[in-house]
Amino acid sequence: MDKKFLYYLLKRVLLAVVTIFLVVTITFFIMNFIPGGPFMSEKSVTEETLAALNAKFGLDKPLGEQYLNYLKGAVKFDFGPSMKMDGRMVTDVIMEGFQSSAKLGLIAAASAIVLGLVFGSLAAVFHNKLIDRIVMVISTAFVAMPSFIVATLLLWLFCLELPVFPANGSTAAGLVLPIISLMLYPMAYIIRLTRSSMLDVLGQDYIRTARAKGVAPSKVLFKHALKNAVTPVITYAGPMVAFILTGSLVVEQIFAVPGLGKYFVSSIINRDYTMIMGTTIFLAVIVIVMMLLSDILYKLFDPRVDLS
Amino acid sequence: MKNPDTNSLPKKNPLSFQLDVSKWEKASSAEKEQQIIERESVTFFKDGMRRLWKNKVAVVCAFVLLFIIVAVIVVPMIYPYNYADQLGIAEVGQLPDATYNNLGPMEYSNTEQAKIDAGEDVFPHLLGTDELGRDYFIRVVYGTRISLSVGLFASIIVLIIGTLYGSISGYFGGKVDLIMMRIVDIIYSLPDMLMVILFSVVFKQTLAPAIEGTILEKLGTGMISIFLVFALLYWVSMARLIRGQILTIKQQEYILTAKALGASPARIIRKHLLPNCISVIVISTALQIPNAIFTESFLSFLGLGVSIPMPSLGSLASDALNYIYSDVYRLLVPALTICVIVLSLNLLGDGLRDAFDPKQKK
Repeated sequence: MDKKFLYYLLKRVLLAVVTIFLVVTITFFIMNFIPGGPFMSEKSVTEETLAALNAKFGLDKPLGEQYLNYLKGAVKFDFGPSMKMDGRMVTDVIMEGFQSSAKLGLIAAASAIVLGLVFGSLAAVFHNKLIDRIVMVISTAFVAMPSFIVATLLLWLFCLELPVFPANGSTAAGLVLPIISLMLYPMAYIIRLTRSSMLDVLGQDYIRTARAKGVAPSKVLFKHALKNAVTPVITYAGPMVAFILTGSLVVEQIFAVPGLGKYFVSSIINRDYTMIMGTTIFLAVIVIVMMLLSDILYKLFDPRVDLS
Repeated sequence: MKNPDTNSLPKKNPLSFQLDVSKWEKASSAEKEQQIIERESVTFFKDGMRRLWKNKVAVVCAFVLLFIIVAVIVVPMIYPYNYADQLGIAEVGQLPDATYNNLGPMEYSNTEQAKIDAGEDVFPHLLGTDELGRDYFIRVVYGTRISLSVGLFASIIVLIIGTLYGSISGYFGGKVDLIMMRIVDIIYSLPDMLMVILFSVVFKQTLAPAIEGTILEKLGTGMISIFLVFALLYWVSMARLIRGQILTIKQQEYILTAKALGASPARIIRKHLLPNCISVIVISTALQIPNAIFTESFLSFLGLGVSIPMPSLGSLASDALNYIYSDVYRLLVPALTICVIVLSLNLLGDGLRDAFDPKQKK
């Protein structure tokens, strides 16, 4: 078992490393695929300036050498200077934006998990009762709403119609709406996951045994049922992080949160190539690592899972 | 005595505690007839349709979708305005009429008002016009049409590639399967949305000269990059699903028989394996469509989707953000349309799964 687990761990980590390497490679070559280079859009550039710019960013070297340099930099988490923001390093911009994004994402993820587990278990315990119906209708509706739609609707509802929250996301109160818009979809998904796995677990023999032995209902629910019902939710942790990260790209834009998503979107619009590459790689690494963690946790939590 | 016919009963041992069978009365032939279960044998498809029809939610969703599909086909034929026409721009030599821009629902521009006063019939702008004087209702209808067709075509692409890849990998097994599935694993663990954005940025820049003058130009680089991205990345979960199905089905005896009779792998896959996982294929395609619509609207919202002046529900919602203070209905209409379409597709997909694949029921 132990050996098998170690083997699985090794295989999984290796896959993650290969994927990260692939992301860096794809990102580098596909961005170099764009004809004309990043300075084409600047109209009044003379030949000499262009040459100087290319030399500054190392674009005058052969592609293979550029790639190796980029790879070396990426390992040290150095993505070079930004092409459009004067004198700023991509890494610094990423770290600065990531602080607000991480706060936003972590709160959204945590509340999605907590609320999802609570409502999901509630729905399962009151199966086919009114609470179950209401929770299911709401979660079905939320699964059909992209986060940018939720964000714009919330912006209209709570910033314009009923001005409860500020529309600007740079203050603490302004973060409430972005968090809600990022949270609703994962929450609804976790509700559905928890409900179905909880229903499955509650029908098992050992739950009946525990009840028959006279274990307190709350203890049966939390210790016996929820502990076993939570495993499918762990597998969703990775995709959830991916969803929240990509959702934050537009949500931060809509609520003017000075986060990574906002920088990413503006770098797309400004064609700040190094910034696009750096941010893509950075976000991709987070997603891949989260996927890895949730896969490993899943195997640790549920020993019944086949490792082969 | 080895072969007793049903009318003669075995003799009861006097010491046995068993019931005396001879005390039982025999069923008459009329009574026997009553026991015959008379139910028409139904095909798999009919059976599934019957179950689907019983699912009220799924039926309602199917009708909602049908209504939307018919509407987006029929309305542009009979509606007097076009999605790209800027109504305020007049013929050469005349001054443009700026009152055409940003009309509210059912409002008329000065020119139109003059026509109405003169006794002419003018078709009202059901949802007003946008900032360039284009009729908003027809833009929403066109946007819905584009979002739906993107969803459908992207899912078909996913279907074809995923089925082909998954069935080959599942059928041949061994080293082929191992290598093909490692590739799938790697693509699967790529963060898809980020890759979609990256590819869209690049394709939008590179494809424009490549498709100039061809029929693809009309489609726009944004649309093509969405399709390309789906063809490159999104087929992996379909491939995994099909492979799993094929792996179980290929153990069956009839596949062995087909092999023994000398059928080629292509024929076995086409004639024996794929028809048996058709329900899985249909269901996951149905559930792929809302996913594609999600992605398309997200990209259009970022400005990477369809090319102007073509509208899509995502780009309409994104443009409407600027007018959220004055004309909020411009945001609500496309936003709610996306929600209704995705919701109906989700529920219909769930209904299809319950009806045609009860084993997979969650």
